Amino acid sequence: MGRRVGLEVSLACAEAVGLCNADVVAAYPITPQTHIVEHLSEMVADGRLDAEFVPVESEHSAMSCCVGSSAAGARTFTSTSSQGLALMHEILFIAASLRMPIVMATANRSLSGPISIWNDHSDIMAERDIGWIQTFAENGQEVVDLTMHAFKVAEDKRVCLPVAVNLDGFILTHVIEPIEMPDQEEVDAYLPPFEPSQSLDPAKPISMGIVGMPEIYTEAKKANMVALEESYEVIKEHWDGLAKQFGRTYKPIESYRTDDAEVLFVTMGSLGETVMTAVDQMRDDGIKVGQVRIRLWRPFPLDDFMEAIAGAKTLIVIDRALCPGIPAGPVATELRGMMYAKGAKQYVANFVCGLGGRDVTRSQFVEMVQEAQKAAANGEEMTCRMVGVKE
Amino acid sequence: MADEGMTPWKDLALGCAGTEPGSSRRFNTGDWRSRRYPVTDRETCIKCGLCWIICPDMAYSPDPKDEGYYTWDGYYCKGCGICIEECPKDAISWKEEKEEDKYGPACGA
Ligand code: SF4
Ligand code: SF4
Repeated sequence: MGRRVGLEVSLACAEAVGLCNADVVAAYPITPQTHIVEHLSEMVADGRLDAEFVPVESEHSAMSCCVGSSAAGARTFTSTSSQGLALMHEILFIAASLRMPIVMATANRSLSGPISIWNDHSDIMAERDIGWIQTFAENGQEVVDLTMHAFKVAEDKRVCLPVAVNLDGFILTHVIEPIEMPDQEEVDAYLPPFEPSQSLDPAKPISMGIVGMPEIYTEAKKANMVALEESYEVIKEHWDGLAKQFGRTYKPIESYRTDDAEVLFVTMGSLGETVMTAVDQMRDDGIKVGQVRIRLWRPFPLDDFMEAIAGAKTLIVIDRALCPGIPAGPVATELRGMMYAKGAKQYVANFVCGLGGRDVTRSQFVEMVQEAQKAAANGEEMTCRMVGVKE
Repeated sequence: MADEGMTPWKDLALGCAGTEPGSSRRFNTGDWRSRRYPVTDRETCIKCGLCWIICPDMAYSPDPKDEGYYTWDGYYCKGCGICIEECPKDAISWKEEKEEDKYGPACGA
């Protein structure tokens, strides 16, 4: 049985990577990810983790190193944030198109400028189309579980894709939480040793990263798209396996008090827990409100999402990033587009909040419900509002 | 675009890896050549081998029938003209080429 301990979430994440027996960690320190890689580096230096820790000179090199080590058949982990993720940008696509089962913890943080080290989702929202599987955690326990799940899914021979586990910078990375850390035997039972589907081997030479002329590029992209779409079933299967092994359940879309709810919040990441308390408060006041949490962001579980929102009249989509030049945040833009294609009739209100570490309070969520219900009742245009801007 | 070089997406190796050594041999860079091709005048050629070394698409190879000279393969020659530029004796010159004769005398397909 695992032990319930009080642990900083970053350290818990690093310990989880250790329990998963990563072979290579290549990373460059950046706030607020620093404690994750610092702790991993200590674990390797202390001989607690038999891995190669590569202190690269940039995030571009970190991801390049990860591609190389994964190609050589090593279980590979990295972690980054914000500008670091942006610097990885071009290699992120390569990792996915080469089908490298790299696992990355993304400590979500705003992008400059102005320079900000604090939390929002603008880093990962700029990387929506990198072809990676992307999950979101709301608390420390989920970070540990999703990290184990990430290796399990990434390395599954039916998947072979990189996985990014998103955890909110500071709000999660720097907070000490009670976390049930599993035993080595339990993790070993869940996650067998890595058997690469294809690796660089002098005895069986292959070329990775070759040119895709116009005759083949489209087919290569199609194969990638299908691989990501088909990973959905495997992702669910390994969440079921995780529930069996560790007793905690995860779903692509998770619902909270959605029965008979007229208004539904749609959230991703740690803010979802604040929204839960707001939902509880409003339910006590007789307001029919609930919450839908996007656990799996890529591949997007559209059918699960449509099912979860089926009974609602109004959605309140919370965005933690902006789409400058588009009248909605990234999550609402995508959801409205996908819902329109499905013929959905819901009113989709969109609020951008919590940018660059700005706190969002429970009362602000209550106000959002009032505002959205009024706008929906008056048949107003579906717009997007930035919450808490001082005029 | 013809179907040459095309593969159904399901048949591609994982991550579009190249699983067959030397598959670029099948790549018809000669298809890029237009209207002209290089011809060597063996009277002038001093057998230095520079064209063989510098051709970026390895269109020249040692002539098995006439030692010291080099044969040209139109399947690979993309018509860049580097050999013409670099030959120390100006032994190579352009010759007009019709589209129908394009692949040249030694097509290696
Ligand atoms: S570079 Fe000119 S001289 Fe030298 S081998 Fe080629 S054709 Fe002959
Ligand atoms: S023209 Fe260019 S490609 Fe053709 S033989 Fe000369 S160097 Fe090679």
